Formats: sequence, structure tokens, C-alpha cells
Amino acid sequence: MGLILLVVIWLITFISTYFFIAKTWWLPVGASASTAGIDHHFTTTFILMGIVFVAAQVALGYLVWNYRDRGSSSSKVAYSHGNTTLEVVWTLLTTVLFVGLNLATYNLWAAERFDPAGANAVRVEVTGMQFAWYFRYPGPDGKFGATNPELEDASAGGEAALGLDPKDPASKDDVVTGTMVVPVNREIEVILRAHDVIHSFFIPQMRFKQDAVPGLAIHMHFTAIQTGEFEILCAELCGLGHYKMHGMLKVVSPDEYDKWLAAREAEKQ
Amino acid sequence: MATHDFAAQESHAHAAPQGFIRKWVFSLDHKVIGLQYYFLALAAVFVGMFLSLLMRIHLIWPTATLPLLGDIKPETYLTLVTMHGTIMVFFVLTTAPQGGFGNYFLPIQIGAPDMAFPVLNMLSFWTTFLGFVVMIAAFFVAGGAPLHGWTGYAPLSALQSAGPGEGLGADLWIISIAIFCIGALMGALNFITTTLDMRAKGMTMMRMPLTVWAWFVTAILGLLAFGVLLSAGILLLMDRNLGTSFFVPLVTINGQLTGHKGGSPLLWQHLFWFFGHPEVYIAILPAMGMCSQLLSVFSRKPIFGYKAMVYAILAIGFLGFMVWGHHMFMSGMSPYTAFAFSIMTMGIGVPSAIKTFNWLGTLWGGRIRFSSPMLFAIGFVSLFVSGGISGPFLAQPVLDIQLHDTAFVPAHFHLIMGVASIFGIFAATYYWFPKMFGRMMNETLARWHFFISLIGTYAVFMPMHYAGMAGQPRRYSQFTEVHYLADLIPLNKFITFAAFVTIAGQLIFVVNLFWSMFKGPKASDNPWEATTLEWTTATPPPHDNFGGHTPVVHNGPYEYNVPGAPRDYVMQNDPELKAAH
Amino acid sequence: MASFSTTATVEDPRISLGEGARADSPDYATRLRRARLGLLVALTPVIMLFVSFSSAYVVRQGLPTLDPRSNQLVRDWIPVTLPKLLLLNTGVLILSSLFMELARRQIKRQVAGVPPASVSEVSSGDQVRIPWLAITLLLGLVFLFGQWAAWRQLAANGFYVATTPSSSFVYLLTGTHAIHLMGGVLALFVAGMASLLRRSVATRSIVVDVTAWYWHFMAALWIYILCLLEFAS
Repeated sequence: MGLILLVVIWLITFISTYFFIAKTWWLPVGASASTAGIDHHFTTTFILMGIVFVAAQVALGYLVWNYRDRGSSSSKVAYSHGNTTLEVVWTLLTTVLFVGLNLATYNLWAAERFDPAGANAVRVEVTGMQFAWYFRYPGPDGKFGATNPELEDASAGGEAALGLDPKDPASKDDVVTGTMVVPVNREIEVILRAHDVIHSFFIPQMRFKQDAVPGLAIHMHFTAIQTGEFEILCAELCGLGHYKMHGMLKVVSPDEYDKWLAAREAEKQ
Repeated sequence: MATHDFAAQESHAHAAPQGFIRKWVFSLDHKVIGLQYYFLALAAVFVGMFLSLLMRIHLIWPTATLPLLGDIKPETYLTLVTMHGTIMVFFVLTTAPQGGFGNYFLPIQIGAPDMAFPVLNMLSFWTTFLGFVVMIAAFFVAGGAPLHGWTGYAPLSALQSAGPGEGLGADLWIISIAIFCIGALMGALNFITTTLDMRAKGMTMMRMPLTVWAWFVTAILGLLAFGVLLSAGILLLMDRNLGTSFFVPLVTINGQLTGHKGGSPLLWQHLFWFFGHPEVYIAILPAMGMCSQLLSVFSRKPIFGYKAMVYAILAIGFLGFMVWGHHMFMSGMSPYTAFAFSIMTMGIGVPSAIKTFNWLGTLWGGRIRFSSPMLFAIGFVSLFVSGGISGPFLAQPVLDIQLHDTAFVPAHFHLIMGVASIFGIFAATYYWFPKMFGRMMNETLARWHFFISLIGTYAVFMPMHYAGMAGQPRRYSQFTEVHYLADLIPLNKFITFAAFVTIAGQLIFVVNLFWSMFKGPKASDNPWEATTLEWTTATPPPHDNFGGHTPVVHNGPYEYNVPGAPRDYVMQNDPELKAAH
Repeated sequence: MASFSTTATVEDPRISLGEGARADSPDYATRLRRARLGLLVALTPVIMLFVSFSSAYVVRQGLPTLDPRSNQLVRDWIPVTLPKLLLLNTGVLILSSLFMELARRQIKRQVAGVPPASVSEVSSGDQVRIPWLAITLLLGLVFLFGQWAAWRQLAANGFYVATTPSSSFVYLLTGTHAIHLMGGVLALFVAGMASLLRRSVATRSIVVDVTAWYWHFMAALWIYILCLLEFAS
């Protein structure tokens, strides 16, 4: 039985580890400025935790096999209540490993979350509601117009879905779309809002996730470093349509972005 | 003074109660109550497993029409998710290890004739039972059971119009949980008072088995946490039904204003997780105590580092109240607060690691017997390591950005809390079955059960880590809308089929359990040759556990293979061993 | 390290049972200690409940929320003027606590076997025991009635449970306290009935003792709630 246990535990360990190392299913290819740092730290954590995982499981399998009761040929049991030095040593090592690993992420986290977006960032307001994402650009006046919940009407298009208040002059030039278009290599400031329940704005390939909370306007930022189309998902249970609250991020060259934005703004004249 | 009169009149009934109702229904005997909790949990786990079976089927065949149940709509799927989580966490993981085995064996293991407050104990079980009835009732009312997840985030859970099932079903869900809180608090009261005040002579705190330490600290966690959950539930019921705005800001549902304003969805999360994080330790600590116990018994060696194990349990309990924010890294909480919580969270990994080292240290140098309880204890260590290793990924906020609300999270908590804790329940069942029922369970069936469960649960939950890293979100009822998720459907098919096999394997356990109760070979009083006090009693133990006598304890709980001893185990109440412990 | 005497034979581990007191028929002191410990433990979740409500109260007061119309963060806390009646109710509760303590000491003396004539409070020197317990129960009911009346006053001033966040908390905190106090009133009733049901004076004394401490806790909790509502605004 000891041998069977060793074989089963080791096989489970090696098979799991194989798929992790082979990256058969892995993080999607990242296309943001934060990808390098985050993925690097992911790999570091992965290697360190992987070593601990394999070592612990291999040790478990080995111990239950080697110290099986062999009847009269077993060696004497090592009667021991423990070893204080060992306890202290492995406590310290574990603390250093775990806490150190986390402390090493401080700068990454600060860059993502402590520092606000720069003044030159492209601002996009992202609003989640059951069950769609809307994106609003401030237009040439650089100001987001007022919205009024009483005016919301999702059946009448983007502006009405947001409840844009036509009485506010700043809202006349606001561009509202169902697809998020941004220029590559420029910082994007995202202002996250929600109308009804908590949603979460998740762009896996931008290594970006943030809950959109009703009652709050949350400012985040990211920078796309590759052009392309990237899927946006809702990552916080928001009701029966949670699985299909799907959007698209289009990252285009700066020229294309300017052309696109100009065309949208022209429609608002 | 004539105080002895009072004792004779008022003492807890020594004569066993007569009549079916007093003996089996409203019993005051902690052993009967323990069995009642256990069988409640057994019923609940089958409901919970059935719900998860339907979930797994729907994920890979979203358009399938099932016999009797028909089509599973997206909202129905979310109801399954919600009720599966709620029933498993509350009525299985918080019920069987603590209410079940804790009730049965804590008093015996400390040498007491019963719990401190037997009437309260009886009430705590029936309160919990009522909570379960109310929870199941949510399925059958208009609108059905809620779809807001076991975590019940507001405003989704606070607005009746936010989705199907969010009407009366959600109210019943909250009421059921509130009733459960009351039952759990009553139980915690008994556990703590009994452990502090009813230990037999010589049973010092540092001679208590680690199972007792685990039950004791778990009860303290419950004492401090369930009141907060109850408060959150009250506030949520008020928002839902009285128009208050504790959790709901100014929102519209489908363009309609709801009349609420100014509330904070994050407030719900803080209150819920202040309870919710200690809750996961409530779910796992008894199994850790069990594992320690069994590794020692079946390695024929003292537990490695008893004191360190006690300190680790206390540290886990204490730190468990300081890490709740790690569920909220992406919630909109301050990133500074988030980082502080993440440091504490990495810190709480340390006592868990210590326990793992000590379990390995217990095996080292032992003479291991592979009886069925030991198989599950060994399986527990493996699952605890696997589930624990994914923790440091989620605990670091920069990595949590990618992993939060993906399948990586349920992969983590199912391994470390769901499966590991269930293995603890299985281990305890196989171990204490002889004492509870006077018969042995079948070892062959047990081995089949063990290997199917170990391999099966790994096959179900290890691949979920891969799916989560690849970006599969949680709580999606189907993967048909997001393009890249199509690549993950084969992996999900594998998980579903593994789940079929694993769930089927549990039938072996049920057959073994019930058949052995009536037909199993008769057990001796101490078939495992273990040292703790429950193995000194008759089998099953009489009404007052020790047959009118109180044990006197001389030794620690893990005196195996003591040098110079005539046998390889020394009972705790054996007066001959002059232990230093 | 453990040592073991090789001359001992331990065939039946039950040999060492039998020493020590019968744990299943504890004496009065043990039962009282156990009951008090139980109460202390039981009060912990009650405290946690009110700590939780208090933190929600503090958080909610300071919380700005996004006004979607103006895109600004605004605070919407309007403090409630508490009815003066609450001060009267507070006096009633404190007085009831005093009488509760007298009841507790009265029955303590009965357990100790001291005849009532030697009790200094009974000024007239006769053998009648003043029913402090019943008086406490009565005052408890007066308090609860007074709380209900205070609620009526709040409603008359236009403050219902959902009118403003501050009014929600007033109803929540006073209501939860009142429910817990009703539990105390029920316990007093049981203690009173216990004498009619001819439970021993020791048992009744324990019930009254535990209820008394619970009652004092409820009074202290009430003062805390009042201060929270009045001053933490």
C-alpha cells in the first residue's frame, strides 16, 4: 500500500507539473506595458511555489513508503516530540519566502494602482450595466457631460443607455460607443462606473481587471503596446446575462485612432 | 451548608432517557446530537453534489434538455452555483466536522460526561435543521432560489428586481443563514464553555488532543464571526424589504430607479468577508486537527511538535481575522489597504506551512499502518499542500489582477477547503465508526473509495487552475459568447467526466457506511490501539460516557512507542507512565 | 523525556477511572461558574453584532457617494434629533438594573441560608421579601413600551426606517437592543416562574445571577448606543 500511495501521489504531482511547465493552457499573450513585470513575477512565484509543491508531495510519497510498517523487520520508531530548532528554522524560511515574494511586487502594484494616470492619457469612461459595456469619450471640450438616471433608456442607443442629459452643454459632444477604441502606446485612463449592480472590467490580454461599482467612479490606467482586437469580459457576477456581457477592445495606430475619433465627433455636430 | 442537596436534584440526568422522542429526536445526549448533525450534513452533501453535477453537465452541454428538469436556463445555472456553495459551506463543512464529530467526541476526549449545556446543544441542532429546511424551501417558492452566489454581493442581492430568484427566494436564503448563525453560535457557546470548564482532572490544555484544540479554536472563530454575518444579513433584509440603503447606492435596474441612494456595496463585502475569511478556517481547522491525530496514531509516533501545532492553530485563528481584504483586491478598495492585507495573507501561510512540516515530521521515522482513516489523512496532507500552493498566487495583488474571478479561485478553494475538509470528514468517519456503532467499516470498499476520491478530485480541480490562468471566468453559465473560451471546452469536458466518476465513487462510501452499521464485523473497544480517552470507554459509550466514573489523565495524547513501555501505545489515563508532558 | 516503570501491568485502562469527583453531578459553585462562563461567551457574539452595526454606522456617515447627475461625490448624512423620551427610558433602564442587582443579592442570600429578617434593606423588620425581580420585570416592560413610544414620536416627526440613513440606524440599533432586552425579560419571567415550578433555590439563584449580569450588560449597551447616536454624528 505504501508503494501504491507513493506511485499515485508522485504520478499526480508529475502529471500536474508537466502541464504547468508545458504551458499547455497558459496566460493569454499579454499586450500591455504591465505584462512584462506581471508575467515575470508570475513566473518567479510559479517556480518557487512549484519547487515547494513538488518537494512536499515527493516527500509525502517517499515517507509513507519508506516508513511503512514492515512487521518485525521495521526499525525502531524514532520517538520524538519534535525539534525546536527545526521549527524555528523552517518558520523563518517560510516567512522570508512568502512575505519576501509579496514585498517584491510593491513597485509593480504601486505603478498599477497607487499612481494616477498621467495628464496626457486618453480618457475613456467605461460603464457597465446589465448586460453590456458602454464607452464614452469626452469629445473636443474634454469634459464628460452630466448623466441623469431618470433619462436612462437602453433601447434607444448608447447616449440614452447612459442617460446622457441633453440639457448639459458638455454632453453634446460626448461620443458613446459599444466598442472601445484606443491608440497603441498611449496611456489610457479608464473611469469605471456601473448603473445597477457590481460588474468587473476584465481585459485578459491587457492584464487589466477592476470592479465597476455603482456609486463609485473608479480611475484606472493601462497602456496597450500592440495593436489588435482584444476581448473584454465581465468578471463579477451580475445576473443571468453575466456570461454574455462581452465587449471588444480595438487597439489601433495613433493615426487611425485620430481619424476614428474625428469621425465620431463629427457625427455629434 | 446544605449544597449537596442541590447536586442530587439538579444534576444532568444520569439515567439514560426513555422513549423514542427523548432518546432520538430531542435527545440531550451530545453523542446523539453529534450523529444528528452528521446525518444532516450527509443529506446536505448529496444535495450539494447533485447541484454541482447539474452545473458541470450544463457547462459542457448548455443546450441539453435534462429528464424531469428540462432546460437549464442561465439564471437556473446561477441558482445552482449559489445554492451549491451555500449548502456545502454552511450545511456540510461547518456542520459535519464541528457539529458532528466535535459534538460526539469533544466531551469524551476531555473526560467530560456531556457538553456544558445539553438543552442548548439540542436546540442548536434543531435550529440548524430549521435553517436547512428554510434554505431548501427557497427552491420551491415563486421565482425560485437566488442567483447571487454564496457571497451574495449587493446590490445584486439587495434588489428584488435584479434577477430571477432575487425575490422571496433571496429573502429565504438570508433568513436561513441567519437561523444558521444562531444555531452555530449556540454550538460555539457549548464547545468553548465545555473545553474551558469541564476537562477531567489531569487533562491540562497542553494535554488535549489536537482535535480538541481545533474544535475549540474553531468555536472561538465562529463566536466572533457569525455575529458579523448575522448583522450583514439583517442589514441586507432591511435594504431588500424596508427600503433602507445600507448597501445600495442610487441605481437603476433596466432603466428604472429603485428608490435607494447613498449606500455602499463595499460595506457588504467588508462585513461578509470579515465573517467569510474566518469561515474558511472554521471549515478546515477540524480537519487539520483530525489529520494530526490520525498521522500520529497510524505512524505509531507522537505528533511532531505538539506545542508548535497548538501555536499554529492559534495563529491561524488569530490571523484569520486580519486578512479578509484579500477577497477584495479588485473591489475598488484602497490599493494601500489591499497591499497591507496581502502581507498579512502571506503571513497566514506560515502557520499552515509549519503544520505541513510537522505532519511530514510525524511520518518520518514512524511505523505506518495503512488503515482507511490513515489513507484519508495522507490524502488530506497532499490536498492541503496542493490547495495551499495556489494561495500565494491569489494573495499577491498584482497576480490577483489576472486570476481574480477566474476558475483559478474555485480550483484553489475546492482543493484546500472543499476536498481537504471532506477528506477530514471521511477520515473521521472511518476512524470513529467503530466507537460510534460498535462495528468496523469494510476496508476493501474504503480503499476503492479513497483512490477514486483522491484521483478523481485531483482530476476535477487541478485542470481548473489551467483554465483559470487561461482566462476562464467564474460563474459563467456557458462558454459560447467569448471567443477564446471555446478552446477551453475540451478541458471542461474532462473535468465534467472526472466529476461523474468521482461523484459515483461516493456511493461506495454510502453503501459501506450503512451496510457496516448493521452488518459490519463487531469492533473491540480500541481497534486502532489509540491513546485518547474515547478509546477507554465502552463501545458505543454509555449515556454519561465513562460509566459513572471520571477519568484521571496522566499523559499527553500521543504517547506511542515510548521507550521502555510494554506496548507501543500508552493511554492518556494510564497512571504508570511518568511523562514529562 | 518520558520514563516508564517496567514493573507495572496495565491490562485495563479503566483501572485509573474512579478517582476524582463525579463530573455528572456538579456542585453549586461549579454550576454557577459554568453558567457565568457561558454568559460571558454568549455575550461575545452580541458584542460583535453591535460592533458590526457600529462600524457600518461610522462608515456610512463618512461615506461619499457618486451623484450620477453631477458626477460629483456627495455626502448625504442628516443627523436625527433623538426624542427626549429616550433619556427617560434610559433612567428607567438604569433603575431596573439597580433593582435587578438587589434581586440577585437577595436570592444569593437565600442560597447561603441567611433569613430575610437580617437583610438591612427590609427596614420595617418584618419577614416579607420585596419582590425585586418582579419590579425589575415591570420596569423592563416599561422601558420597552417607552422605546415603542419613542419610535412613534420619530415617525410623527417624519423619520421612518428608510427616511434617511441616520434614521435607519436609529431604528436598527434601538430595535436590535430591544429584541435582546426582550430576551432578558423572558429570562426574568422564567426565573419568576421557576419559584412557582418549585425548582430549587440554587437553580433559581443561578438563573437570576446570569440574568442579572445579562441585564446589566443590556443597560450598559443601551448607554453605549445612546452615546453613539447622540455624539458620533
